[in-house]
Amino acid sequence: MTLSIGAKKAIDLGIFLFLLLMGAVSVAVTFAIVWVLLVDTLRFFTHPDGGGFPTSLIRFFTETQWTPTFYNKQIGIWPLINGTFLIAIISMLVAVPLGILVAVYLSEYASWKVRETVKPWLDFLEAVPTVVYGYFALLFVTPLFQKVFESLGIYMEGMNALSPGIVIGVMILPYTASMIEDAFKGVPQYLREASYSLGASKLRTALLVVLPAAKSGVLSAYLLGFSRAIGETMVVAVAAGMYPQLTANPLQPIQTITGYIVQVALGDLPFNSFEYLSIFAAGFMLFVITLVLNSIAVYLKSRAVGY
Amino acid sequence: MVNPAKMLEERKVEQQSGTTKVKIEVKNFNFYYGNYHALKDINFPIYDKRVTAIIGPSGCGKTTLLRAFNRMHDLYPGARYEGEIIMHPDGANLVDRKTDPLKVRMRIGMVFQKPNPFPKSVYENVAYGLKIRGIKNKRFLDEAVERALKGAALWEEVKDRLNANAYSLSGGQQQRLCIARAIAVEPEVLLFDEPTSALDPISTAKIEDLIVELKQRVTIVIVTHNMQQAARISDYTAFMYLGELVEFGPTEKIFTKPEKKLTEDYITGRFG
Repeated sequence: MTLSIGAKKAIDLGIFLFLLLMGAVSVAVTFAIVWVLLVDTLRFFTHPDGGGFPTSLIRFFTETQWTPTFYNKQIGIWPLINGTFLIAIISMLVAVPLGILVAVYLSEYASWKVRETVKPWLDFLEAVPTVVYGYFALLFVTPLFQKVFESLGIYMEGMNALSPGIVIGVMILPYTASMIEDAFKGVPQYLREASYSLGASKLRTALLVVLPAAKSGVLSAYLLGFSRAIGETMVVAVAAGMYPQLTANPLQPIQTITGYIVQVALGDLPFNSFEYLSIFAAGFMLFVITLVLNSIAVYLKSRAVGY
Repeated sequence: MVNPAKMLEERKVEQQSGTTKVKIEVKNFNFYYGNYHALKDINFPIYDKRVTAIIGPSGCGKTTLLRAFNRMHDLYPGARYEGEIIMHPDGANLVDRKTDPLKVRMRIGMVFQKPNPFPKSVYENVAYGLKIRGIKNKRFLDEAVERALKGAALWEEVKDRLNANAYSLSGGQQQRLCIARAIAVEPEVLLFDEPTSALDPISTAKIEDLIVELKQRVTIVIVTHNMQQAARISDYTAFMYLGELVEFGPTEKIFTKPEKKLTEDYITGRFG
C-alpha cells in the first residue's frame, strides 16, 4: 500500500502533535504540583491559627519547636530541618567514602567481566522498596547498635537518627557509586596513560589523576545523593521516630520533614485545617532545599570538564 | 633550526668513532592482541644516546612496538608478549611476565601523539613523576622542575606562570611540557609516539630541535609517519611493514641506499 504525500504529511503532523502533548503533560504535572504546594503554603501562612501573614512567616523561621498539631501551636521549622539534615549527613558519612571506593574499584581495578556482573546487582539494590530498608533499620540495625552501645554503657533509643541514617547511606550507595563511576569513565584514557607512563600505580593514578579530573562529576553525584537522602521518606517514617527536636545527638529520636508529612497525611486531621495545611509549608521548604541542591548538582555536572 | 645536511655529517662522524653501546636489544619479539599476531619476529638493537626512528605505513605495528617497550599494552586485556626485549646494562627482559611493568615505566618515559598534560598547574605536571617516586622535599622539587623545563626549552615561556593551568598553554607548549614531565624523572630511555603529528610546523621544528638536544642525555626511540622527520633527526631507522621489521640500519643508509626493494619503494613514496 502506498500513501500519498499529503497523507504522509498528515500522519507526521499527527505523531508530532501526539508527542508534543505527551511532553506537555509531564511539564504540566510538574507545574501543577508546584502550584498546589504554593497555594496551600500561602493558605497556611495566612491562616488565623498561625497569627496570619506576616506573623506566621516570622514564627516559621524564629520559633524553635514544631507542634502545629498540639493545642499550643509552635510552628518553627528548624527542628524538622535539623532532623532532615542530621539523617542526610549521617547517610553521606556512609555514602561518600564507600561511593568513591566502589567507583574506583569498578572503574579502575575490576576487569570488564566483573564490572558487567556487578553493575546490574547495584541497580538491583536500587529496586528494593524503601520500606524494606525501613524495617531493616528498625528491626535489625537498631537492635544491633543498642547491644553495642549498651556494652559501652550508652543508652540508645529504639527510635533514633543513627540507624536510618546509615541504612539510607547504604541505600543511596548504588546510585552515587554508579554516577561517580560514570564520571570516572568520562576521564579520557590518555590522562591515565600519561600517569602510567610515568611509573604510577593504579591507586596513584586513580587518586591523583582520575579523581581530580572527575571532581565536578563526583561532587554532583554526592549532591544528588544528598538530596535523595533529604527526600527519603519511608525509612525515616519507620525507624527515626516522630519527635521533632533540635539535637545533634544521633541516638535520639528525631523527625524529618518527610516523616512529618507522612504522620499528618495518615492521620485523621480535618481537610484544610491549619494542621493539615502545615504539611504543605513543610513540603514547600523541602522542595526549595532539594531544588537548590539539584540545581547546584546540575550546574556542576554541566561544567564537569575539569580537563 | 635543524640543518639536515650538517646533522647527517655530524652523525657520520659519531658513528665512525664507534663509541655506540647497545641500550636495548629486541630479540625474536612477537606480540599478540588476542589471536591477532601483530608483531612478528622483530630483531634489532637500540643504541645508547642515539635517536632511533621507527617508520612505516599506517597499521604496520610501529606504535604497537613502541608501546611494548614500556609495557603500555598491559593496561588492556588480551595483550601477549613473546620473546625478549633486553635492557642494558643490567640485562633485564622488559617483557618478561615476572618483570614489574611499574619498574619498567620508571626507567622508560613516554611522550604521546596528542599533548596530554594533566588538568593541573604547569608545576604540578612536571613534579608529578617525582612525587609518585616519593620525593617531597620542596627545594629539590623546585630545582628538578626548573631543570626539566629548561631541558624541554619551555622555562623562559612559563617561568612566570608555573601555577597556571597547563591547559592555558598552546599545543606546542603543552607537548614540550609533556617532554619536561617525562625527563624530570631522568629516564634512561624516552619513547616518542608521533610527537609532532598534532602540531604546526614551527612547534614541530622546536620539538625536533629538542629531541636532537636530548640525545646527549637519553636514548630516544621515535615513531613517526613523517619520513623527512626521521631523516632529519634520527641516527638509526627501522622500517616496518605488516608487523615485520623489513630493514634496520643507520639513517643515511636507509634513506640513500636501502638494501630491500620494499624499503626503497616506501622511502621514494611509491606506497604508504
